[in-house]
Amino acid sequence: MRRTGTLYAVLVLAIVLLPVLAVLRAGSVNLTFGAADWAALRFTILQAALSTMFSVVLAIPVARALARRRFVGRGALITLLGAPFILPVVVAVTGLLAVFGRNGLVNSMLDWFGLPIVSIYGLWGVVLAHVFFNLPLAVRLLLQGWALIPAERFRLAASMNLPVWHLLEWPMLRAAVPGAGAVVFLICLTSFAVALTLGGGPGATTLEVAIYQAVRFDFDLGRAAVLAIVQLLVGLTAALAAWRFAINGALGGGLDRVVARWDTAQLRTRVADGFWLCLVGLLLVLPLAMVVLRGLPALGDLPAAVWPAMGRSVLVAFCAAAISVGLGLFIALRGGWPATFAGAAPLAVSGMVLGTGLFLLLFPVVSPATAALPVTALLNALVGLPFALRALGPAIATAEAAHGRLADELGLTGFARMRWLILPRIRPALGFSAGLAAAFSIGDLGVITLFATEAGQTLPLMMYRLMGAYRMEEAAGVAFLLLGLSLGLFWLFDKGGRINAEA
Amino acid sequence: MKTRHLIQSAGLSLLASAAMADTPVLTVYTYDSFSSEWGPGPAVEAAFEETCGCDLQFVGTGDGAALLSRLRLEGTRTEADIVLGLDTSLLAAATDSGLFAPHSVEADYDLPIDWTDETFVPFDWGWFAFVGNAGAEAPTSLRALADSDLKIVIQDPRSSTPGLGLLMWVKAAYGEEAATLWSDLADNIVTVTPGWSEAYGMFLEGEADAVLSYTTSPAYHLIAEEDGSKVAWPFAEGHYMQIEVAAKLAGTDQPELADQFLAFIVSDGFQSVIPTTNWMYPAKVPAEGLPQGFETLIQPEQSLLFEATEAEALRAEAIEEWRAALSQ
Amino acid sequence: MLRLEGLRVEQGSFAIGAHWPEQAPGIIALIGPSGAGKSTLISAIGGFLPATAGRILWNGQDITGLAPGQRPTATLFQDNNLFPHLTIAQNIALALRRRGMSTADQKARIAEGLAQVDLAGLGDRKPAQLSGGQQSRAALARVLLQDRPVVLLDEPFAALGPALKAEMLDLVKRVLSDRLVLMITHDPQDAARIADRVSVVADGEATSPEPTQGILQNPPDSLRAYLGQ
Repeated sequence: MRRTGTLYAVLVLAIVLLPVLAVLRAGSVNLTFGAADWAALRFTILQAALSTMFSVVLAIPVARALARRRFVGRGALITLLGAPFILPVVVAVTGLLAVFGRNGLVNSMLDWFGLPIVSIYGLWGVVLAHVFFNLPLAVRLLLQGWALIPAERFRLAASMNLPVWHLLEWPMLRAAVPGAGAVVFLICLTSFAVALTLGGGPGATTLEVAIYQAVRFDFDLGRAAVLAIVQLLVGLTAALAAWRFAINGALGGGLDRVVARWDTAQLRTRVADGFWLCLVGLLLVLPLAMVVLRGLPALGDLPAAVWPAMGRSVLVAFCAAAISVGLGLFIALRGGWPATFAGAAPLAVSGMVLGTGLFLLLFPVVSPATAALPVTALLNALVGLPFALRALGPAIATAEAAHGRLADELGLTGFARMRWLILPRIRPALGFSAGLAAAFSIGDLGVITLFATEAGQTLPLMMYRLMGAYRMEEAAGVAFLLLGLSLGLFWLFDKGGRINAEA
Repeated sequence: MKTRHLIQSAGLSLLASAAMADTPVLTVYTYDSFSSEWGPGPAVEAAFEETCGCDLQFVGTGDGAALLSRLRLEGTRTEADIVLGLDTSLLAAATDSGLFAPHSVEADYDLPIDWTDETFVPFDWGWFAFVGNAGAEAPTSLRALADSDLKIVIQDPRSSTPGLGLLMWVKAAYGEEAATLWSDLADNIVTVTPGWSEAYGMFLEGEADAVLSYTTSPAYHLIAEEDGSKVAWPFAEGHYMQIEVAAKLAGTDQPELADQFLAFIVSDGFQSVIPTTNWMYPAKVPAEGLPQGFETLIQPEQSLLFEATEAEALRAEAIEEWRAALSQ
Repeated sequence: MLRLEGLRVEQGSFAIGAHWPEQAPGIIALIGPSGAGKSTLISAIGGFLPATAGRILWNGQDITGLAPGQRPTATLFQDNNLFPHLTIAQNIALALRRRGMSTADQKARIAEGLAQVDLAGLGDRKPAQLSGGQQSRAALARVLLQDRPVVLLDEPFAALGPALKAEMLDLVKRVLSDRLVLMITHDPQDAARIADRVSVVADGEATSPEPTQGILQNPPDSLRAYLGQ
């Protein structure tokens, strides 16, 4: 089983790296790294670092408030936390602009009070959008950290009147924050559309933009591959650094639990928790509400082709979820450096180069139209893998710690151990990972633009095509559908993992 | 009854696919919005298949730039017989790729310029223009725009053909002074988007006073939505053009059919579909003329266009100029 | 017949040794102070800790390096003796897993095992639906059906009240008397109640088992110190 895990990790790395090499081979190697490239590298790292810092630092008080407060709508808020990350970028950006844009809610209010309006565009706009995407994700990651602190410890701390923050929460955060930060950093590192749309100009150019230009306009594949390798190296370095500093924190399961606490009754902490929850609630709910408001009226006018496209998207999502969880399970069982690399590479690699490389590799063998949906499902699964690993690893460790001895005693090894011990014990984490992969897959445009034909279009592709044909209202309707489907699938898998999953 | 009906239709489709096997297939690579169900694709396909005795299959791949990049990735092994939707800014690169064969189409084009290219057949064209709201302040030149406080959204020349078009527009109008104009435009630019769709969407949401698009864009709102509130700003420097072309692949296994299709492109059956599906001017105005509504569009007095090789030679330097001016 | 040949187990700076001649079936109590190494020794015999020196022999065969599931031993731990996500019947069925038995035979054996520990008819329950005493019985049924000649009890009844514990000890004697049982205890009365031999674990060594009667009436110094006499 360990060997299977290593094998799968190597397979994942191969799927990520071989296309990069294929692109490198197809072009002439061009090692010039000009002033514009250095500027792009600097901006890429700067925006990713700032976005990570804000996402994670803000996530701490929010996750703490969620961990220790019970209130109406808590479950719904936690489900909604999954929404921004899985939204197609263009949809999320539209939602954000409806709130923070020149004509958005915030500026309308400022204008009404006679105050000067503020511009979202530029470095801070990019950071704001990345925080919108990743703060909720960071909250979920850290919330897991709180869930892992046993209830008895809070009781002990309360009975001895010891400071909970110093004694319990800070050590947990020191273990959980580097891992959460690494995931967010990797996501921001490869940002393309957010940086370009909200960056305000070429000063906000990321490496991914330079890669896009190299492939699309210059057809300089060697240069594209070199840039992609630089980006990959930055990402893997960040992931390794986080791995050195972090003890793995869990991501799945136990989110619904509110531990009884004795240190939270003061008015001051109540006001602070309320403030953070309202803040993240507004940041989340307002843009999402805008997506819903704009999409709802167009729902009746959607072209008939939307339904088969939806069917294809759901099918791709289910396959992506299955592959992601299947690979994740074995790689998590293996652990160690293969898991670290397999969990970082899919996020750090350039989507443009990955798609182009896969095209180069597959085109001689199979028609792009045939490969479109399987390749999309596979690549979506790979993006879900880092999250699956973060959820499954600790869940497996916990199951082994509690029941591994009994399984040894009964001679449960290999698949019997998987069936009787591991799988039943990690079901919530499995459901969570599958839900995340499925939801992400629904909203991802991915490589399908490179492969698809008319007959095989998915929902996000259809949305982009509608936009390209001036049909912004119908596109908004599809965006609403995407949001609903994403959340619905996540909810379905996540709940499925919890039903009858008693301790 | 129902079962028999099913069997019958299954039999029919078997017959149909047997018939298909003998029908020659003409594969046309084009950009997404051409082949999609609300683009010209379906009507063009139906009209051509009426006469050709063939199966016309569109393969849509992203935008114009993605189209050429895909053909270069596939190289000589491509299944494409025809490529439809390259634009003038890509022609030098397309010619250099050596993937295309000369055509034999002769037509009397209604283009603002003479068209004599031996490889590429133009099928539609348009002028780039800033599209804004009717009744609002409208500058009369690029210079006036740069000197105003108006806000615009443009596309990135490194990822989008309209973005590249604006770059060439400024270069054609201002030459050595292009960098200065860009510097002065910098404070008007709200943001630079990766593609046309994002920019146009942001304009419709009220994020800017105008967006870089085409002089024909208001026709969509007028004809499809009966909304006359969008106008294109006529600029004194003239307007840069985009001509979209088709070509035959050198390695096609259906050379006669491909020639037939290229000839069909300049006929009324194709050209009459273009204005209200692709929202561009037809390369050759069909007998029935342009649809009602097109007469309201602005008609620039001066058309700007670099020759393909010249545009290619200017591109890298112009992008760097643009980047430097806007990165301040 | 179990023999410990110069066995030595180390855990950090702590070590325990044992040198026992062949032990015939019956119940051996391991008695001694906390931290003396009783659990360490049991874990090593069960295969959960590696031996640093010496050998463990079963019927003359060296079993020192075998995995827990391949040894002639079955262990009851202090806790987590049943998978909480499986029913009692499923838990017990895992003990029969590798026997190549038909489903009907398995069912019969499980019912029989449950009846032996007075849990007849409760096979469909999950562990959480049983009382503490019933959980201990279910775990004992699991060990019964594992059908190993050596049973290691690592204080599985420590959390039960005195009456319940006595009941469980009697049950152990009743159902496991034909096997070799090694039982950890703090309480000489437990030893007196069911064990026929006692090994005193103190000062880094588990003494060779001696008959209970003699050792309790005339305890060696180490045991005397532990008993506070």
